[in-house]
Amino acid sequence: MPHSMSSLPRSGEMKQMERLYDIAEVFRSKNAGPLLITIDLLFPDETTFRRVSDSEALSPGIVADLYGIQPKDVKILYFDRANAIKVTIPRTGPTSGAPGDRDVYGAQQHGPLLGLMIP
Amino acid sequence: MDELRVLSVCGNLGYGFPEESLLNGIAHDPHIMGADNGSTDPGPYYLGSGDQLTKREQIKRDLGYSLAAARKRGIPYIIGSAGTAGGDPHVDSVLDVMHELAKRDGHRFKLAVIRSELDKEFVKQAVREGRTRALGKLPELTEEAVDESVRIVGQMGLDPFVRALEGGADVILAGRSCDTAIYTSYAAMKGFDLGLAFHMAKIIECGAQCALPIGANDCILGTLRKDHFELKPMNKKMRLTPNSVAAHMMYEQPDPYLFYEPEGMVDLKASEFHQVDEHRVQVRGSRFVSAPKPTLKLEGVRHRGYRTITVAGMTDPRLLENLDKVESSVKATVAQMVKGSLAPDEYELRFIFYGRDGVMGRAGPAGGRTAHEVGVVMEAIAKDQSTADVVLSLARSGFLHCGFEGRKATAGNLAFPFSPSDFQGGPVYEFHIYHLMELEDAGAPFDVEFTKVG
Repeated sequence: MPHSMSSLPRSGEMKQMERLYDIAEVFRSKNAGPLLITIDLLFPDETTFRRVSDSEALSPGIVADLYGIQPKDVKILYFDRANAIKVTIPRTGPTSGAPGDRDVYGAQQHGPLLGLMIP
Repeated sequence: MDELRVLSVCGNLGYGFPEESLLNGIAHDPHIMGADNGSTDPGPYYLGSGDQLTKREQIKRDLGYSLAAARKRGIPYIIGSAGTAGGDPHVDSVLDVMHELAKRDGHRFKLAVIRSELDKEFVKQAVREGRTRALGKLPELTEEAVDESVRIVGQMGLDPFVRALEGGADVILAGRSCDTAIYTSYAAMKGFDLGLAFHMAKIIECGAQCALPIGANDCILGTLRKDHFELKPMNKKMRLTPNSVAAHMMYEQPDPYLFYEPEGMVDLKASEFHQVDEHRVQVRGSRFVSAPKPTLKLEGVRHRGYRTITVAGMTDPRLLENLDKVESSVKATVAQMVKGSLAPDEYELRFIFYGRDGVMGRAGPAGGRTAHEVGVVMEAIAKDQSTADVVLSLARSGFLHCGFEGRKATAGNLAFPFSPSDFQGGPVYEFHIYHLMELEDAGAPFDVEFTKVG
């Protein structure tokens, strides 16, 4: 996991905080089978990808809080080849499309993450 | 054979692909064609009811063009996960369209049909022998859960497809299938590297979803060679980049570096992507690791009742401030009205408020704010349709006229867009089986039936 403090931007090039939603090129969620939701964040370039992956803005604990689940159930994968981050979480309610579900395809479950502020 | 060309017609047969892309694909002289026709994504209804997500006319159009192309070229054509869910009624519906098209267009071919519905006793035996394993947070499988299922399918892997191809099938129509098996089976039969073959299959089973612009409903050609594979979208307006191909492994997958098939695991950690030209990308280095014991993924649903819904909008500010109170008051009124005829556990009544928390079911980052207009979907589920109708009707009229402290709009709380306002949703199902079954031979449950068409 590319978490090194040394690659944080130096003070001279410090950027303003921006919303995760505003710096990702693709920000989507979808079923990975009827039990899991998988959220993909694709960034336009390596710099932006590093900006997010090297920050501490996205962690299992933070995702767990936003979705009301346990940190151990959150899987975050850094896919540097595609400048992408994948967050996979279990469905907390019923299985996809069962009574009480509200998003059969899981296509609108990325909302809670989009406001995360990235340094 | 040192090169295998595989044409993927589209990500879901019936969604509609451009005919020129298919013709271009055929002009590349493929050895085999394939199309996926199903998914669990649309939910449990299709497996339960036997209905299809794509309508007959959509299948007829897509199958009409693609079957004609395959027959004209004389190459095998493999269709997997027939009719959305891959159960027997789904296979039969697509089969019916296929017969109609064969008659219309004068096709003659050897057809292999591979069904995927599993006998309940077969599954129960695996439960008794401790050979089933729950996925996610589902409880372990029990014999009772198997008994209450409406239908169970198993996702077939390579073996039944290879048997059908070896038996000389021109067309293979399969029930619930691993998407990759559609495109990997011929390569496996010809002895190509399974890591590359599975990786290529995993990409092209979504049609040209990996291309730019994204095109799930478009054709793509995969060319498999000894130590790499090459992809090329068949729509001339689409291009590929190493990044677009690599990024596709994110799609609908919990892990972009690994995926699992009944036969084993495909490891993409060492995969390399190389641009050939604007339209082509080569991939090498993907590795297959065979599983010590094959597994079969089971999908099953149970019936939960019948649904009736209504949709309405609201704008009155006082009403929007009091939605929680109105909701509990309406639920209490309905419970009162059905007392004596329906016990509380004999029906379900839900309100979804769009513009408040309709999608996520709880307050967003900005707190419990509502939009200036809020939409409500009321849903009743009961043991039969007429009971669901009654519960919904009580809830709808209860909501329309529900009083609350400070109410100003005393003529009615709801703006109905339609008359009649209530809609029957029919039977309601739930995925309650999504389990793995261990077995000696993952192909054994799937018989291949050969017939002559035309």
